[in-house]
Amino acid sequence: MSSYRIQGATGEWEVVIGLEVHAQVTSNAKLFSGSATAFGAEPNSQVSLVDAAMPGMLPVPNMECIRQAVRTGMAIEAAINKWSRFDRKNYFYADLPQGYQISQLYHPLVGEGSLTIEADEKAGIPEPKVIGIERIHVEQDAGKLMHDQHPTMSYVDLNRSGVALMEIVSRPDMRSPAEAGAYLSKLRQIVRYVGSCDGNMDQGSMRADVNVSVRRPGDEFGTRTETKNVNSVRFVMAVVESEAKRQVALIEDGGKVVQETRLYDPDKNETRSMRSKEDAHDYRYFPDPDLLPLVLDDAFLEECRASLPELPDAKRARYVDGLGLSDYNATVLTTDVDTARWFEALLAATASAQNKPEADVAKQAANWLLSEFFGALNKLGKDLSTSPISPEGAAELLALVGNGTISGSIAKQVLEKMLETGDAAGVIVEREGLKQNSDTGAIEAVIAEILTKNADKVEQYRGGKEALFGFFVGQTMKAMQGKANPQIINELLKKALAG
Amino acid sequence: MTGLTDLGLIAIRDGVAKGEFTAVEVAQAFNAAVADAQEALNAFIVTTPEAALSAAAKVDADRSAGKELGKLAGVPIGMKDLFATKGVQTSAASKILEGFTPQYESTVSQKLWDAGAGMLGKLNLDQFAMGSSNESSAFGPAISPWRRKGDTAALTAGGSSGGSSAAVAARLCPAATGTDTGGSIRQPAAFTGISGIKPTYGRCSRWGIVAFASSLDQAGPMAHDVADCALMLEAMAGFDPKDATSLDMPVPDWSALLNADLKVKKVGIPREYRIEGLNADVAKAWDDGIAWLKDAGAEVVDISLPHSKYALATYYIIAPAEASSNLARYDGVRYGLRDLPDGANLQDMYAATRAAGFGAEVKRRILIGTYVLSAGFYDAYYTQAQKVRTLISRDFEEAFKQCDVILAPTAPTPAFALGEKSNPLDLYLGDVFSVPASLAGLPAMSVPAGLSSDGLPLGLQIIGRPFDEQGVLNAGLAIEQRAQFSAKPEKWW
Repeated sequence: MSSYRIQGATGEWEVVIGLEVHAQVTSNAKLFSGSATAFGAEPNSQVSLVDAAMPGMLPVPNMECIRQAVRTGMAIEAAINKWSRFDRKNYFYADLPQGYQISQLYHPLVGEGSLTIEADEKAGIPEPKVIGIERIHVEQDAGKLMHDQHPTMSYVDLNRSGVALMEIVSRPDMRSPAEAGAYLSKLRQIVRYVGSCDGNMDQGSMRADVNVSVRRPGDEFGTRTETKNVNSVRFVMAVVESEAKRQVALIEDGGKVVQETRLYDPDKNETRSMRSKEDAHDYRYFPDPDLLPLVLDDAFLEECRASLPELPDAKRARYVDGLGLSDYNATVLTTDVDTARWFEALLAATASAQNKPEADVAKQAANWLLSEFFGALNKLGKDLSTSPISPEGAAELLALVGNGTISGSIAKQVLEKMLETGDAAGVIVEREGLKQNSDTGAIEAVIAEILTKNADKVEQYRGGKEALFGFFVGQTMKAMQGKANPQIINELLKKALAG
Repeated sequence: MTGLTDLGLIAIRDGVAKGEFTAVEVAQAFNAAVADAQEALNAFIVTTPEAALSAAAKVDADRSAGKELGKLAGVPIGMKDLFATKGVQTSAASKILEGFTPQYESTVSQKLWDAGAGMLGKLNLDQFAMGSSNESSAFGPAISPWRRKGDTAALTAGGSSGGSSAAVAARLCPAATGTDTGGSIRQPAAFTGISGIKPTYGRCSRWGIVAFASSLDQAGPMAHDVADCALMLEAMAGFDPKDATSLDMPVPDWSALLNADLKVKKVGIPREYRIEGLNADVAKAWDDGIAWLKDAGAEVVDISLPHSKYALATYYIIAPAEASSNLARYDGVRYGLRDLPDGANLQDMYAATRAAGFGAEVKRRILIGTYVLSAGFYDAYYTQAQKVRTLISRDFEEAFKQCDVILAPTAPTPAFALGEKSNPLDLYLGDVFSVPASLAGLPAMSVPAGLSSDGLPLGLQIIGRPFDEQGVLNAGLAIEQRAQFSAKPEKWW
């Protein structure tokens, strides 16, 4: 149970949140036409006769978009409706060439499902929570109006017109800004894993309509408002907070919340009432007579299921149980699908380079990736997608550490050189003479010298001050310019000190 | 005088193929007839004599070169101005699309050009195909070449494909395309003494046809006889991946398989169509038809289509509902008419553009359609109408357990005078016999049966099972052979 409460003048209020998330389906073509869907193209350069609603043009469903929505539904363990239908939502606006949006009101493609948000004590989520998802339906996006091109006229860009969207409608199951944020992050994580949406919220590929109402804890639901087109996790959380506070203040002042559509102004961090597209909200939904009902067969569904990747929850569990990683590392590695992919490539290459099972090298790979590599990339202003080092290149470096050719501290230097020069780890080690010294005779000689020089400390050690062991290791390593094998130093030192 | 313009589609195709005359000679003859009649009959909105000539010249050249000729090689036809034609104005007889020149060619018209046909021009129609008399055309109605005996009153050529029926009947073209949403091929054919068939819904692609009511619209041919219709339909029909409602079935060789022998066939006569006060000439034609089909070997059975009486009400909910949405795209934003008064905002522009661009009948249907889809009325009207539509389809399914085709009049009266029916409801009632087959998506055709007492053509309608255009055409042919309809309008234009 969330303990998030708004403290009003008259007592505590609970906030109730539901999200309708619009996710642009990853597909080369639009939902009902063959036009391209690339972001940032010249205005009106990705518009077919169908998208521009020329007379006599007809929609034909793009099955790739349907497939992606079905796979998303499967990823949230939802019921897939083998029989669904498209409806027209009728309204007039200049960014809507047909005068209607093809959507699915009465018979959506995907029915009831759910996802689980993780516990996050700091954010006030004491335990994992299941958030219900009512449905996913597919629909067309509208075009875009440009008001800044001409002093008195608006221009229309139809590139987005007809692009496929999934509308993912949650149950009103969230009770705090943190839960709303966690839900949206989790949903984004899932669609990115599935590959059904790129999740780029800053490009508008994913945006949320935020439904907020307030009530006395345990009371009936209050009247909700819907804040449209919120395009980041942070803003969603801000909308919940500011809108809930506004509603509480309004009610406590004796006012009433009206069911309406609102817009969020990030600069002022407040929502304000939005003018409706039509004075009366009557979309006159009816089945689109240009399209037959969408009937999916078992083979299609089977293919969708078979093509699903391992999903984040399952992956994280496997990292912990199968690879022996810590909860923390497993969570960080699985948060983003690109990180997980990179890690798994690194893991496979590392295991193969060292001829060991993955489980035996997983910790080494995970620790190196999270504590060394991310930091190094970060310094260069890069991330995994722009990394100059491939997982295979990194595996070579780790193998050099694993087989004792170089030490962990030398590996840091080698990594820096790799990033600098683009050369392979082995080449750098060879060229710079960084190979670790495992010559026991040489190390023994150095140790003997150090013990002689520090006879007093040897005595103290032998007298029980075992913490001095680190001092001897350090001295030996220093004398050998960091290139001696630390394990061998340990062994030989112990033997020598034991006298 | 029997000239080239008296020939039908097959006769022209064969004559060109045999070298009895050239395709260019045919095109010239029809171009001249079109020009000669344009002022009096107003059958065309746009004439395209050069298009007809260039298509003909290509056929002649192909023939000289010994190339294989298409199904309709050398036949100039009229194209209903509801089909998008690349580079030629496509107006749907409306002001809102006046001057609109598509950059694309409808699937059906393209198939006809691919078969070797040429275009004489774009034919008049009721605005957006909404009407039964051609009087809703923004360019004035097409006038029927027929006149009542001893009367010069201008008569309707029917609607919505009234330009098509007037042009074929007046020998301005040997055949024309039509579209049929609630009878718009069959009723004009009946009114003008020609044949026309609406195939099963989905046979002809709707891609590139200006939409009226998507679940009902279907293209078909209008020509002098059944064989011409069969051949032209072969050229028009076929699966089109660009139309999601297109039938993915092979197109049969309807014309080659024509057979007027109806032995072992059963013809159903729907008792509900014997409406009270049915026009006596129409009733007689129907009885003649029954006798002719018996003569052709068919057994005649009495059938019932109990929900027929709800068909008109159902149609006038569903068709306007779809139309109200289909016509929303004509908003002045991207193409066609734009009326932008000084200082107007977007809403003002919509209102001004649509007020100026749509005629009264189109506005009426948009209003009806918007109303029946509105919150609070949707279930009472649209949902109920869809249920009744299902019942009407079921009526036909039951009936076709007892018979192979159904025979009925095409229209309850012969052609009426322009201006005679000023109440829209009177016009709607004229669709009573044609609408049920449209709602059920069935193939249906009208063939001439004779003349009324005042000398006007009467049509008989044959309705068939889904996909059984062949059965419909065969029964049509049996009637054609016995009706011996040879009357022609006397040339007064």
